[in-house]
Amino acid sequence: MTNRFRTPSGGRIDRSAPVSFRFDGKTYSGYKGDTLASALIANGVHLLGRSFKYHRPRGILSAGSDEPNALVAVARDAARVAPNLRATQVELYEGLSAESQNRWPSLAFDAGAINDLAAPFLPAGFYYKTFMWPAGAWKRFYEPKIRAMAGLGKAPTLPDPDRYTQNYAFCDVLVVGAGPAGLAAALAAAESGARVILCDEQAELGGSLLAEVGATIEGKPAQAWLADTLASLSKHENVTLLPRTTAFGYFPHNMIALAERVSEHLAAPDHDLPRERLWQVRATEVVIASGAHERPLVFPDNDRPGVMLADSGRTYVSRYGAKPGDRAVIFTACDSGYRTALELKAAGVTIAAIADLRPQLHGELPSRALAAGIDVRPGTVVTGTSGRLRVSSADLAKVSGGAVGRSETIACDTVLMSGGYTPSLHLFSQSRGKLVWDAASGSYLPGTSVERERSAGACRGVYGLNAVLEDGYAAGEAAAKAARDTASPQRGATPVNGASSRSFKAEAPDLGNDGFIGATPHNRNPAFAKAFVDWQNDVTSKDIKLATREGMRSIEHMKRYTTTGMATDQGKTSNMNALGIVSEALGTPVPQIGLTTFRPPFTPTTFGIFAGEARGDLFDPVRKTPIHDWAAEHGAAFEDVGLWKRAWYFPKAGEDLHAAVARECKAVRASVGMFDASTLGKIEIVGPDAAEFMNRMYTNAWAKLEPGRLRYGVMLREDGFVMDDGVVGRMAPDRFHVTTTTGGAPRVLAHMEDYLQTEWPDLDVWLTSTTEQWAVIAVQGPNARAVLEPLVEGIDLGKEAFPHMSVREGRICGVPTRLFSVSFTGELGFEVNVPAEYGRFIWEAIHASGERFGITPYGTETMHVLRAEKGYIIVGQETDGTATPDDVNLGWAVGKAKKDFVGKRSLARASMSAPDRKQLVGLLTTNPATVLEEGAQIVADPTAPVPVPMLGHVTSAYHSAVLGRSIALAVIKGGRARIGQKLSVPMPGSVIEVEVVEPMFYDPKGERLNA
Amino acid sequence: MLDTPSSAGHSTMPVSADPLASLASGSPRRATARLTTLDRTARLVFRGRESAIGPAGEAFGVALPREACRFASNEGRSALWLGPDEWILLAPGAQAGPIAAAIEAATAGLPHSLVDVSSRSVGIELSGPKAAFVLNQGCPLDLGLGRFPVGMCTRTLFHKAEIVLSRTAGETFRIDVWRSFAPYVWSLLEEGRRELD
Amino acid sequence: MLIITCPWCGARPELEFRYGGEAHIARPADPSTLTDEEWADFLYNRTNPKGLHAERWRHVHGCGRFFNAVRDTVSDFFVVTYKAGETRPDIAGDQAK
Repeated sequence: MTNRFRTPSGGRIDRSAPVSFRFDGKTYSGYKGDTLASALIANGVHLLGRSFKYHRPRGILSAGSDEPNALVAVARDAARVAPNLRATQVELYEGLSAESQNRWPSLAFDAGAINDLAAPFLPAGFYYKTFMWPAGAWKRFYEPKIRAMAGLGKAPTLPDPDRYTQNYAFCDVLVVGAGPAGLAAALAAAESGARVILCDEQAELGGSLLAEVGATIEGKPAQAWLADTLASLSKHENVTLLPRTTAFGYFPHNMIALAERVSEHLAAPDHDLPRERLWQVRATEVVIASGAHERPLVFPDNDRPGVMLADSGRTYVSRYGAKPGDRAVIFTACDSGYRTALELKAAGVTIAAIADLRPQLHGELPSRALAAGIDVRPGTVVTGTSGRLRVSSADLAKVSGGAVGRSETIACDTVLMSGGYTPSLHLFSQSRGKLVWDAASGSYLPGTSVERERSAGACRGVYGLNAVLEDGYAAGEAAAKAARDTASPQRGATPVNGASSRSFKAEAPDLGNDGFIGATPHNRNPAFAKAFVDWQNDVTSKDIKLATREGMRSIEHMKRYTTTGMATDQGKTSNMNALGIVSEALGTPVPQIGLTTFRPPFTPTTFGIFAGEARGDLFDPVRKTPIHDWAAEHGAAFEDVGLWKRAWYFPKAGEDLHAAVARECKAVRASVGMFDASTLGKIEIVGPDAAEFMNRMYTNAWAKLEPGRLRYGVMLREDGFVMDDGVVGRMAPDRFHVTTTTGGAPRVLAHMEDYLQTEWPDLDVWLTSTTEQWAVIAVQGPNARAVLEPLVEGIDLGKEAFPHMSVREGRICGVPTRLFSVSFTGELGFEVNVPAEYGRFIWEAIHASGERFGITPYGTETMHVLRAEKGYIIVGQETDGTATPDDVNLGWAVGKAKKDFVGKRSLARASMSAPDRKQLVGLLTTNPATVLEEGAQIVADPTAPVPVPMLGHVTSAYHSAVLGRSIALAVIKGGRARIGQKLSVPMPGSVIEVEVVEPMFYDPKGERLNA
Repeated sequence: MLDTPSSAGHSTMPVSADPLASLASGSPRRATARLTTLDRTARLVFRGRESAIGPAGEAFGVALPREACRFASNEGRSALWLGPDEWILLAPGAQAGPIAAAIEAATAGLPHSLVDVSSRSVGIELSGPKAAFVLNQGCPLDLGLGRFPVGMCTRTLFHKAEIVLSRTAGETFRIDVWRSFAPYVWSLLEEGRRELD
Repeated sequence: MLIITCPWCGARPELEFRYGGEAHIARPADPSTLTDEEWADFLYNRTNPKGLHAERWRHVHGCGRFFNAVRDTVSDFFVVTYKAGETRPDIAGDQAK
């Protein structure tokens, strides 16, 4: 079977480039320039899939992105499987392999088709009515079964190996749609010097001109004019032409999302090319030239393979040289059907009859059809079709005054239907523009704009080639002018395209603008006739009528109840007919019923294009410290802290987390350890008013802190709760070196900038982030001083010269340093700040110097245990945004004598010092081997009736190697007054007894700090 | 204020590390968008009141630009406007210490802040006819020559990282990015030019 | 993605900005003189109008400046932006003013 339905000549396919492809395992041939649909049609294949609900055989309805039926899966390999592609948009390439969907065991015999026989029991709202009981069965039983039965293609389970990229683009005028209106608009805008982007979802730019065989523009055949126009556009440096690019979403402030299929159409794509590219276009002005969709007619059995939209049938013949059949019946409510009949007849297709819903014939095209000897039957409807997997005949009957006569059966292998055209309002509606009902054309049209956009051509109800070209040109001129006039953007008006300054002198047959919406009358038993409105979701006119009887009045309710228009085709072919049926059933005019909102995407869009490059290692920045690589080389395990990778622990051979942490903890307490603290946030606060600013931002008093000294600072939000903490060094009277928590750095800087810029702009002080300027190495333990002494120049590390909580500037190994004497472990400690680029060098030097003391690198886990042994809090672990300084035993850090600081007034509210606030305490389990779970709830009496009053929760819990037992910190209501009490921590299957203690487990007098 | 590293009293010279070293060494050549790391530069953030701005520029050798989002250059040094009271001063190959000392001397008593951030970030240059295209894969600004002319600079975003972007020539951009974000930015620039010649 | 006009840098994409809540709520000069109710009102109560709303934005990934904007909460379009410290501009039909 090789292209029996191919015309001997004509069309835009390249007959010198045959292409071999597979569909459901069978090999066929087509030509370069074919779509999968056109190639299958040329091979006489019309059965492409099974429907969603009833598993009815389905064919190809359209020739474009409005296709609801012909969904296929295209596979290149096990990972590169794209389900639910419209065969009408899949470009043929050598070796393409496509599979039909939603059928088992085969497309020709599908077991699921039993649903079709059961159809009387599957009415609209069936799921809601039937699967109501027993309670819980929906989730356990019904939903999984229904999901298994329904659905269309299957997504591959392997990771997607293709690349997807994204880019931002900018233009003065974006033109969506490269049909005659869009081309003319782009031409006008380009000629005015504007930066123009012209995109179209099809493989070739040209839209309807690609199937235009009889028309002339500016004296040339339409397709010759098209070639010349594209050549001239591509010469403009400021014009970007984007074929295979769907404008799928219209977002605020004229940001339009375009999906470009970059390499999908290639037989062997270069893997350096993205499969798809997301263009995020910011356009000053937008011209929507999205054309119109032909409407199907809703008559019984209108879903049989071989039943097709009339203009799509014509497109297959005139653009692709593929005949939809040998013998066609045409059912039309407008002149488009006649044009189809004439072009098909010219291509050798027998036109068995034209059934015209309209009682009277007039106009140029019907006359030409009559003259060509075609059997034209005005006032006639199709009342049904026959054929198992393909239409074999159609029933025609006269209709007059609403009464349908007896049907006559006419043999045919294709039925081509046209109910007129529906302007494509998707993008306009997405832009939040207001639609208006146009009674003359029986359609909704774009009304008032919200964004800076205008519509041109058929999408705003302008028909006829010459009118469309001139409307497009005028729109392009107006858009370019509006883009130049940036001072006064026009919003909230209905744009006027005005008159075109260019005449196109296009000559083409007049198609008029007749049409029909709703279901056509028929003489069949309404209980059994299925006249489809929504092919993709299997919604019939009967379902919609039933829904109106069951009380659905709003089109929004109707849509959800029947699912009409809710499929991936966005109701392109179904919405208007559904409206017409509701209107008739309720006796309410269409504009009073309303229209559902169009939402992005215009056509289904891959997840890959949204992810773009943000996958795997590039999903988020992975921030590594200057010492990271050393830690990795020495076997560290890492944990994520925000975007940072931090060394978690340094296991030696055979050690798990607990063994490594126990060893690291003991080493710090007994000798010396070193820790990479580079991720700490750092801010340099400089200026004459630096101390005053610090006074206002922190609870502490700063005025008397001498240069060279450190202080632990607590920062509150204005609501009085602890926001951040950190050690602050005064480097000079007008210079502070502030540290913040690792995660809090950007938040603290923003908080400070906020007050400085908006509340106290008079203060002479400025903030600079120095987080990444400094690498920070903590050296902690009784031998810390001995490790550093041989490396440091210009700083006396002696106990008296450099007491605890001091800062000195000098050099270490020749590198400038800010050396802090500070401890987060309770041991003698230092923090060495050096410029980041020398971090690893200094780390290695300290490590070498510490070898004689067995210096032990430790990670964040050991850091956490050591500080918990000392009861030092971690903001975000002991605090949760509702802790006052006093709640976490930091009342001492609040400068009571200060008149004001951020959060002070809030602390004065009575509730902030209530005795039953949750306060930080220590917990010791009765069984010293039991380590509590962080987050576990604490109660007084676990046998109390439910709900058991909760007293608080465990915030930190560890095994302490130095103490040889577990320890925990917790926040408990009135906790300080409960010290000495026994409380309970109920866990699944057991209750853990704990004693409330002071939150200080080791060296309570702090003697080791000053060792 | 920091000074030059030295090896005084130590057997080895301090070794500085570049977070892009390994990525840059394996980077393919692509003529339409060339990607290179920039040499170490002294970087100082100057912020201050009106009275200090003039003297600071004079001491640095480049008048601090007062027009938003513009940089000025003189004898290899550049002053980049980052905000109405914030500039970053770049002196490639120089040490921050002496420059800072000169500026501090010129602005003594005038309200200002000067902070050495030489090690905070690293410099990347992207140049070629496709440079803007590559940048626009992660940068949401209009990089058309008319909208982002030579001499413009600004903080902005590249994917999820903040950068300082300047256009030093028609087809040449300089990116300054915080050290820990540099591998992320570099890798995405590589991805962005992967399809190019 | 909205376009926001920074009073310093000009029209820039929303990605570079961070929202900062309602504008023109000045921190009291001496909070200790306020009653609990007055302080709670300052901390928590906002107008949340339907229509024109004066609000704070920060060009955080740009010049770093906080500034104010009048945005229509119905259409999401910005009417005007102005520097911090400047008074709210007169806008025709501005009920909230």
